[in-house]
Amino acid sequence: MSERYVVNDPQGLDFRVHRSAMVDARVLEDEMRRIFDRCWIYAGHESEVRAPGDFVTRAICGRPIILSRDSTNAVRVFINVCRHRGAVVCRERSGNARGYTCFYHGWSYDRDGNLDGVPGESSYPTTFMRKDLGLAQPPHVDSYRGFVFVSFNPDAAPLTEYLAGAKEYLDLVVDQSPTGEMELIQGTQEYTIRANWKLLVENSFDDYHLMSTHKTWLDYMKKSGVAIPKPAKGHVMPAHGVGKALGNGHAVIDNENFRGRPVAKWIPIYGEDAKPEIEGIRAELVRRLGGERARRVADTNRNLVVFPNLVVNDGSSVTIRTFQPMAPDRMEVTAWALGPKGESAKARAIRLDSFLTFYGPGGFATPDDVEALESVQQGMASWREIPWSVMTRGMAKEGEQLNTDERHLREFWIQWDKLMREPA
Amino acid sequence: MSLRSEVEEFLYHEAALLDEWRLDEWLALLTEDAKYRVPSNDAPAGDPADTLFLIADDIHRIRGRVARLKDPHAHAEFPHSRTRRLVTNVKVVERGDEIETFANFAVYRMRRGGNESVYVGRYRYVLRRVGGELRIAMREAILDSEELGRLGAVSFIL
Repeated sequence: MSERYVVNDPQGLDFRVHRSAMVDARVLEDEMRRIFDRCWIYAGHESEVRAPGDFVTRAICGRPIILSRDSTNAVRVFINVCRHRGAVVCRERSGNARGYTCFYHGWSYDRDGNLDGVPGESSYPTTFMRKDLGLAQPPHVDSYRGFVFVSFNPDAAPLTEYLAGAKEYLDLVVDQSPTGEMELIQGTQEYTIRANWKLLVENSFDDYHLMSTHKTWLDYMKKSGVAIPKPAKGHVMPAHGVGKALGNGHAVIDNENFRGRPVAKWIPIYGEDAKPEIEGIRAELVRRLGGERARRVADTNRNLVVFPNLVVNDGSSVTIRTFQPMAPDRMEVTAWALGPKGESAKARAIRLDSFLTFYGPGGFATPDDVEALESVQQGMASWREIPWSVMTRGMAKEGEQLNTDERHLREFWIQWDKLMREPA
Repeated sequence: MSLRSEVEEFLYHEAALLDEWRLDEWLALLTEDAKYRVPSNDAPAGDPADTLFLIADDIHRIRGRVARLKDPHAHAEFPHSRTRRLVTNVKVVERGDEIETFANFAVYRMRRGGNESVYVGRYRYVLRRVGGELRIAMREAILDSEELGRLGAVSFIL
């Protein structure tokens, strides 16, 4: 690439992102080849499929896929495309199937992906080999603590290596579960944002915007009896928190919690009757993990970005969010709630209620994030006049970076820039 | 007046209050234990205790929602969207002192820049009489689209 989209000059205390990266269709095409086709991409959660034949379908990296359990109950990912003429084979959202039949010419595949039925097969010449025409699979499929990823890159490094420091933060999420497993809760929030996908990456862990963009949410929390401390000197946020780079473009904000957590910090919004439940969850954490680790799990909230397009926010509840770029100015977002497998009905209800106050298209915060991103996208049209976005917060500091600084945002952009410079 | 006509009048009145953003008057139509729900598109028959919704408010959060929407810092709705609600196919079922009501809706939302969207679906109400007047104890807006998709958000009272 001849253009430079990211200026990173630590000596000169300069970090800038070129706004054309949010509007140029050629940039998106390069991103699809150089980033999405080379990285590990979140495909789904193991709990979405539980028994042999269970499946869900979705599109990632522009490809229709099936996430399923095969006849041995192993998690599989197939490219959901008929080997004959290319029609999408399974067109249901989810279910349990003995196999998958393409409706176009009737080719059928078993749940292990083998081609097991070809109408009028005798008309094919002897060169036709059924065994070579099973459902295609991404070169790599692997999972980490229930999170299933695929890579379309045959040369991809192993997933655990790729995840680098993000593993520690996925561990913190999963450690809240007494069974050691988390599960996706039914009900999916799928919505379009008319903005470039990278703006949602930034927004998902940018605490600098919280006090201004989410003032009405904070007001609601205050009116509901939640103590919102005054920011300390030099701070913007009510509680201390840091931003950290985790390697390979992954990054996190890691905050002292003030906003309540289903595991396990009670706030008045949950109601008096929820107190014993939350205290019980806390006691279990301490028993199982020890005081220090329990505090880490229960009293911090963390927004994690796994490069390039997975967000795991363990805040007012746990949400997984992934987003697929559709055009330079449009992405499709899918968000789920995640909870400990086997948690009580009461705890599950508290978790979901706590989710909705802040998160999602009907929450008190997410719609204003969407509005901000769409507003930014409109502003990007003036990139010729105002080519650069400044991203230098915290750059002159030694050591710890705050959640309202931009070290973690820079980590994303540094990796983005690195991959975009390597020919696909 | 038949019960259905009375309920229809009530729903038209409610729709007008919402379209005119007379949200405090709208709040006055709710019972003290009212609920307002919008299920996720892929789980239209879910229960918010075990299913992720888009909105599942008790009366406390409904009041908070109204307070938020009246605040210019509710950026997604400032300036307020223009809305126009078409409410039709009303069906009422009396169950003891409650009136379960179903109605189809098409809610148009208009923002600047030719940004128009239509929310299509079905309302389910549980109405009760309080001092002789109809009041809303439960109000559920069930969207028909497979995903929320380009509607983007449910940032106003649907």
